[in-house]
Amino acid sequence: MSQVLIEVRKKPLDSRMVLNMGPQHPSTHGVLRIELTLDGERVVKAVPDLGYLHTGMEKLAEHKRYNHVITILDRMDYLNSMGNDLGFVLAVEKMLELEIPPRAQYIRVMLTELQRIASHVVWIGTHGLDLGAMSMFFYSFREREAIMQLFEAVSGGRMTPSYFRVGGLSLDLPDGFLRRVLDYCDALPGALAEFDTLLTGNPIFRMRTEGIGHLSAREAIDWGISGPTLRASGVAYDVRRANPYSSYDEFDFEIPTRSEGDVYARYLVRRDEMKESMKIVRQAAENMPSGPIKAHAPRFVLPDRQLMKTQMDALIYHFLITCEGFPVPKGEVYFPIEGSKGELGVYLVSDGGNKPYRMHVRGPSFINLQALPAMVVGGLLADVVAVIGSIDIVLGEVDR
Amino acid sequence: MNTDAQLRLLQERFKTDILEHKVQWGELTLTLARNSLVPACVYLRDASGLEFNFLSDLTAVDWGPEAEPRFEVVYALYSIKHHHRLRLKVTLDEGERAGTVSTVWKTANWHEREVFDMFGIRFEGHPDLRRILMADDYEGHPLRKDFPLRGYSR
Repeated sequence: MSQVLIEVRKKPLDSRMVLNMGPQHPSTHGVLRIELTLDGERVVKAVPDLGYLHTGMEKLAEHKRYNHVITILDRMDYLNSMGNDLGFVLAVEKMLELEIPPRAQYIRVMLTELQRIASHVVWIGTHGLDLGAMSMFFYSFREREAIMQLFEAVSGGRMTPSYFRVGGLSLDLPDGFLRRVLDYCDALPGALAEFDTLLTGNPIFRMRTEGIGHLSAREAIDWGISGPTLRASGVAYDVRRANPYSSYDEFDFEIPTRSEGDVYARYLVRRDEMKESMKIVRQAAENMPSGPIKAHAPRFVLPDRQLMKTQMDALIYHFLITCEGFPVPKGEVYFPIEGSKGELGVYLVSDGGNKPYRMHVRGPSFINLQALPAMVVGGLLADVVAVIGSIDIVLGEVDR
Repeated sequence: MNTDAQLRLLQERFKTDILEHKVQWGELTLTLARNSLVPACVYLRDASGLEFNFLSDLTAVDWGPEAEPRFEVVYALYSIKHHHRLRLKVTLDEGERAGTVSTVWKTANWHEREVFDMFGIRFEGHPDLRRILMADDYEGHPLRKDFPLRGYSR
């Protein structure tokens, strides 16, 4: 029996009630369970219970060669698979001291920003759905589908692209891809304006979100909150700006921030962030450099097929990399990137072998979820749904 | 503040409490004496010029049942104001406890629960040290190196 239940049963005349929310509640965005103690409709205590989706990714990574880990990480935050892959390959590349050609960097930036839009679009749809704005869901998934089709064209996969590799990319972009991306950039503002008419001015949506789930800047930092949730509390911390990686310093974009720190502010930050991401995507597509998509490091990066078929040394390296992988120098790195939910950090320890000795992912969903009780206690039961939605968790990443 | 300046400042302040320091790939790592960890964290959070107000990450590494000391608890600190990072480490043997930093940064609470769940490392003074990802009645700590990949059940 749960601790809370025992406490309540000790006092039979207590007016408190324990309500079990999840793990199959549609508004918990996955298999999250929250033990809520209620006094009437007020939340007195909230205890999140996680682990229903724990798949042991960190343990598994210790038994996989570096390039194979990418396929596991795709499945972690499955709305931000490009971002997860990027964090990991950048960490490995830092250890190998590889220089990534500009074209590969730009393609990475373009795709991770498209992924951020896709992630935010899913979020905006489900968040609207949670709060009763059902049509939002249909409009948002239409937008997401367009991005999924772009991912499919580039990598063959929609949810799990596994497109990035240590040292570059698995393939170059298909013909006409940049045109399709630019067409999408032209179409997106119209869709975002539609979202505005559905949610931003919607009086019911605003009543349910304004002033709800408040978190001050100080508290948010103390709780380790990052990403849009932190920026809605007035802290302009974005890893892309604070510690630029993968040539983000060459792009022109703003960091949307709000000072209210409530559910509505988080909504506005994400809405504005989609516009900024679109700006980055457009800049990347318009200024796409030409050149190689892989670093020149034959021991770590697979050669092109044509070279492999015609040159002996390329064939030998191909054989070595596919059979044994590649050794990574002894040491450790922590590489943070800005995922769609916040600071996504990959901590890697190598013992000099061809598999990570230890891999740990700082999942922003996991950390952001921790502050949930601080945001819901004292509020109403119905607001719990709004607050869970506003911190944008993906249980694949919470439980890993 | 760059890593050299950080290192000089911290060496002056902590002297022999720093058991080891290392700069690799531009990242500074300090190994601290176990009992000086929590006071050091308070100092690092509050001292002007450092202000590591954001605990990015907290995790552990198991160097295997034969290694001495067996575990390392790793803290990744970040300053939102100054945009600099620092990594702290403490080493522990089987059964030894680290001080909790959940009193310094609230976010450490779940991190430490995760480390306890996955490695069986206990944190002195932690307000609510329970398993977090595995079931309450689960036996063993999955991220230990002597824990088989497929678990004990099959």
